[in-house]
Amino acid sequence: MTFPPKIQARDVSVFYGDTRAIDHVSIDVAQDNVVAFIGPSGCGKSTFLRTLNRMNDTVASARVDGQILLDGEDIYAPDMDVVQLRARVGMVFQKPNPFPKSIYENVAYGPRIHGLAAARADLDEMVERSLRRAGLWDEVKDRLDDSGTALSGGQQQRLCIARAIAVDPEVILMDEPCSALDPIATAKIEELIHELKGRYAIVIVTHNMQQAARVSQQTAFFHLGQLVEFAPTSDIFTNPREERTRDYITGRYG
Amino acid sequence: MNNGPDTDTVGRPPSERRPTDWKAAAVQRRTRRRYAAERRFRLIGLAAVWLSAGFLALLLASMLTQGIGGFRQTRIALPIDLAREHLPVTGDQVRGRGADLALAGAGLENAVDHAATAAYGAEAPDWLSDGAWLVVRDAVKRDPSLLRRPATIDVPVTSAIDIAARRDGPAAAEAVVARLQARGVLSVGWNLGFLTSSDSTDPTRVGIWGALKGSLLTMMVTLLLAFPVGVFAALYLEEYAPRNRWTDIIEVSINNLAAVPSIIFGLLGLAVFLNTMHLPRSAPIVGGLTLALMTMPVIVIAGRNAIKAVPPSIRDAALAVGASPVQVVFDHVLPLALPGILTGTIIGMARALGETAPLLMIGMRAFIAAPPSRLADPATVLPVQIFLWSDQVDRGFVEKTSAAIIVLLVFLLAMNGLAIYLRNRFETRW
Repeated sequence: MTFPPKIQARDVSVFYGDTRAIDHVSIDVAQDNVVAFIGPSGCGKSTFLRTLNRMNDTVASARVDGQILLDGEDIYAPDMDVVQLRARVGMVFQKPNPFPKSIYENVAYGPRIHGLAAARADLDEMVERSLRRAGLWDEVKDRLDDSGTALSGGQQQRLCIARAIAVDPEVILMDEPCSALDPIATAKIEELIHELKGRYAIVIVTHNMQQAARVSQQTAFFHLGQLVEFAPTSDIFTNPREERTRDYITGRYG
Repeated sequence: MNNGPDTDTVGRPPSERRPTDWKAAAVQRRTRRRYAAERRFRLIGLAAVWLSAGFLALLLASMLTQGIGGFRQTRIALPIDLAREHLPVTGDQVRGRGADLALAGAGLENAVDHAATAAYGAEAPDWLSDGAWLVVRDAVKRDPSLLRRPATIDVPVTSAIDIAARRDGPAAAEAVVARLQARGVLSVGWNLGFLTSSDSTDPTRVGIWGALKGSLLTMMVTLLLAFPVGVFAALYLEEYAPRNRWTDIIEVSINNLAAVPSIIFGLLGLAVFLNTMHLPRSAPIVGGLTLALMTMPVIVIAGRNAIKAVPPSIRDAALAVGASPVQVVFDHVLPLALPGILTGTIIGMARALGETAPLLMIGMRAFIAAPPSRLADPATVLPVQIFLWSDQVDRGFVEKTSAAIIVLLVFLLAMNGLAIYLRNRFETRW
């Protein structure tokens, strides 16, 4: 890897009140990789993901120690603008959460608030490009004015991905994006992740180890708030260094 | 008697379990009791629904039967020949602006009395409503040729005769009615003047328009003040305010404020708006301000609940594409919460529309014979007008009170209907 890492987390700890949810985690996310976070429920992988675009700011009791650098810039520095950060680091959530507006408006909302489109034609083009990239265009091109909430679950999740990529982020965070979807919709999302790889750095939290194995190049195993092992995905699944990783992957717990 | 599952057998393999006897008498008794409880609950619930529906029907039926009479009016056919009265007015004078004054100055009232005496005897002028000559005046204004030719005009009678003609009145009036009915000169018609005129001492001349306009002006002030303040307070408390002791105190205070008896708000309005700020007494502006104090907490509470009901996932979604907190609130939270906020607002406004006590405190119980045209004009409102009329001795006011209640109820139903419409129209499903 010749590029410097896109995201560098240095010694990050997260507290909810007095409870330590993340314990001294350091991790690098490369520019053109998909990184998967796996681990048992409550191990802190989602919490850690949400520190990467400061979504934890909305939780009043949450406190973050350590350093997270995006292109070498500390995202928790006082002069960092959270709104711009979240435009650069997009996020897709566990449950599809399209706005109760039209499909077009869902995708156009981000570019509109950031002033990315000068004219209506630009916006139309951005919406089309984003929906195409999210593999949804052919299914919705004739009904862009229908409500986003009228789509099926898998389509809604792809709409959310289209909404995230419409503002042209550098990183996309995905928090168990397939856990509410059926296997066919899941397969489509995974296919989509493959296509998006390289264009965006992608971090995906998943409960499904096969999914981690299928979509990611690197996997981080979290347990009890600690980063147990972070290695190329093939190594994690075939030859884990740590006992705890092996036990989790072989289904001993979790 | 042990009705529960046998604790010895729970969790053991089936071979070791003693089977539960589902046909045992105890089990069947329990089943019967369960069915009985179910039936009982359903009957009680149904009875409660019917009881409340019955009371509502009773209220509406009694109001309608009583109140419809307030919109009816007995009239007497009055043959009148103004040419013989030699009124000092010309046909030109009764066209246009000065007509009312010209006809009043020309002694039209006396002319009407003369006509009544000529047609029905010396007592007849006493049978006519004080407003009878106004009906003749309006007829002349519509058709100035009446000044030159004889005609018969239906004019309203006094409330005593009116009541005697349509139900049972005092004996003297009944006798008069019997005589007039024998001659076939009485008729009953719709009294549209009730909707267009204002308060009066004569029940045949009163109308609801003054009070209605007072209510509308007052509600306007209330809405313009309470809605924005209430919505912004709700948004701030729900979306921005940190959770600490101060916001807890504010929340408890607002909840308590919504439960404060309305007359207390009247006292507050009296002390602050009248005594300290020296705003005009019995004016819609003061009434509106006072009712706004009362309505605001209702809107804040309804608004907070509506805002709370917006799923957090929508806020997350907006934040994650880089919306600022203000954009999240105004682009997503507020539009989604608006149906709920509007419903709460309209219900709060409906409560304010029906409020009497606080308005009595700020002097809106005065006798106001002219509809208010500005916010600082003296005015009264519908419920206060009802209260005032219900206090009157003249029996003619009984029907008018019920009729005014009908007008108030129509307004309240319309507002609630609007609330339901808005809720259904803008409700979003996700």
